[in-house]
Amino acid sequence: MSTDAMSTTAGSLEADLRLRRGEFELDVSLSVDAGETAALLGPNGAGKSTIVAAIAGLLPLDGGVVRLAGRVLDDPAAGVFVPPEGRRIGVVFQDQVLFGHLNALDNVAFGLTSRGMRRAPARERAQDWLDAMDLGDLSHRRPRALSGGQRQRVALARALACEPDLLVADEPLGSLDVTARNRLRRNLAAHLSSGRNGGSASPTTPGPGAGDVPRLLITHDPTDAFVLADHVHILENGRLTQSGTPDELRRAPATAYAADLSGINLVRGTARDGEITVADDDPTPSPTGRRPAVVLHAADTSMFGAVLATIHPRAIALHRERPSGSPRNVWRTTAEAVEPLGDITRVLLGSPLPLTADITPGAAHELLIRPGTTLWVSVKATEVDLAPDSRD
Amino acid sequence: MTSTTTSTSAPEPARRPARRSARDLPPWPVALLAGVGVVLFALPLVGLVARAPWTGLWTHLSSRFVVDAAVLSVVSSVAAAAVAALVGVPLAWVLARVSFPGRSAIRALVTLPMVLPPVVGGAALLFALGRRGVVGGPLHDATGLLLPYSIWGVILANAFVATPLVILTVEGALRNLDRRYELAAATLGASRLRVLWRVTLPMIGPALGVAVVVAWARALGEFGATVTFAGSLGGRTQTLPLAVFVALESNRDTAVAISLVLVALSLGLLIALRDRWWPSR
Repeated sequence: MSTDAMSTTAGSLEADLRLRRGEFELDVSLSVDAGETAALLGPNGAGKSTIVAAIAGLLPLDGGVVRLAGRVLDDPAAGVFVPPEGRRIGVVFQDQVLFGHLNALDNVAFGLTSRGMRRAPARERAQDWLDAMDLGDLSHRRPRALSGGQRQRVALARALACEPDLLVADEPLGSLDVTARNRLRRNLAAHLSSGRNGGSASPTTPGPGAGDVPRLLITHDPTDAFVLADHVHILENGRLTQSGTPDELRRAPATAYAADLSGINLVRGTARDGEITVADDDPTPSPTGRRPAVVLHAADTSMFGAVLATIHPRAIALHRERPSGSPRNVWRTTAEAVEPLGDITRVLLGSPLPLTADITPGAAHELLIRPGTTLWVSVKATEVDLAPDSRD
Repeated sequence: MTSTTTSTSAPEPARRPARRSARDLPPWPVALLAGVGVVLFALPLVGLVARAPWTGLWTHLSSRFVVDAAVLSVVSSVAAAAVAALVGVPLAWVLARVSFPGRSAIRALVTLPMVLPPVVGGAALLFALGRRGVVGGPLHDATGLLLPYSIWGVILANAFVATPLVILTVEGALRNLDRRYELAAATLGASRLRVLWRVTLPMIGPALGVAVVVAWARALGEFGATVTFAGSLGGRTQTLPLAVFVALESNRDTAVAISLVLVALSLGLLIALRDRWWPSR
């Protein structure tokens, strides 16, 4: 977000967006480096879609500037405005917005022929992109004959085939149910990851990744933002109220909204048959030598290897005695800090697994929680969401 | 959702279908007046069918008089539908997408022929484009082109009454179209014309198709404006509806035969379009 970083990085997006629509006023400055994924996280009506429209060129700015990969795309003061068709920005829209009258292949080829490529080579490249997305066999299907996940990959291929200078994903998981969301979030994490798989050197080779361009994820779901993005910008009422890494946001939420969102617990680990062995972040060895690894149980048994487990702070129950019953994850810990945040009380838990738990002030009072209090933690296996950890 | 409803209303599942079917029955005044309506529309058809010269039907239809009129009708109505699409679609686009002062006035102006008596439309065309018309006079002096009493006059009169149907249908379709498809195409690098040609028009294709067919049918049946502006010259401007009118005076059987063909054509068209024009489900 700092201005000195804004003018230097090659290939980056620098946006200083000021515009007014009726009563609503947008005033946002953000920059995204090449190869970085930034999330714009905000509630409905905060101005997320206005930002997408302004960056993509669907809505001219009243003031400010949009600069991408060294090109000025919008600068009202200088009288510069590049229309959307000249911006080289790939947008993955909510509900995909695939052309219903074209099959998957022609949807992906559309951008290529629009940019002057002849039909036959454009279709060949589109087929390569669909192959890279594991959709090679479905290229002749119309969008309505594809599943939600398949449509999503077609939309991604359509946006990436044009080799955009910026990839914008606007609520890419917006309209899906919880199960599909979790599945597609993993999918998306793989596609948003920096390098193209297969180690291809050529930047024009189709591959499942977005390559080394800045990526902007627009979402109202903190899990999407924290799992998929390197940087999170929180947008409220047309203004950024806080920016930082997911860890920074969780440590010091600046607003009530940020606090509510940023309590999301992210745990890195290795998954196997629904058991996640949590990586030990603490480099200092315990007196007994190696620290015992913490094992989390998740309902999802389909994932293997490096994962990010997300646990909502309200999904963590705290007890004074060892709880009986069905929760798969039960362990003993100590409260390190207790923060009243209005309607909720946030409890930061210590080793063996530092987590954030949100409980009602009444419950906090009943449990007599103070820093240092010994507590039992329980988390249902169904509350542990898994996504592949793509940051290694 | 359905399962929730059935499970919560479990005590009375047997009564439900009976009650619903009872509610589908109209109150008797509604049924009576609806029946009168059906009779009103069916009776003329019955008259036509009863009066039809079934044995000599083909002889009547293959006469020079009818064939000439049919050829002229087909050519002029197809041309008029093409003109209606060519002028109507851009007009609809402007009315749907561009906000400008006087838009309502322009919309009223271009859809006026729908409510105007066709004879008045034809007379107005004559005053404007006739031999001594405001535009027609200078046009004739400069090029020798004379629109009235020619096939061009027939096409123009047909297009005059048919274009508003295209404008209204297509404008509605454009307003209902999710703009994000066009925005998506623009972000993919498509120029505005390419967006129109490759995305907008294909996506409103069904509505556009209906609009053109309805415009064509309207042109095929056009009488008042045509007879006023282009006259009823056999082999030159006499279309099928005009031929029916003329034949009623001289050869009733021919008039009935032509009418039957037009009725069959229109009925077939309406049945083919029923799901598209007004979605039944």
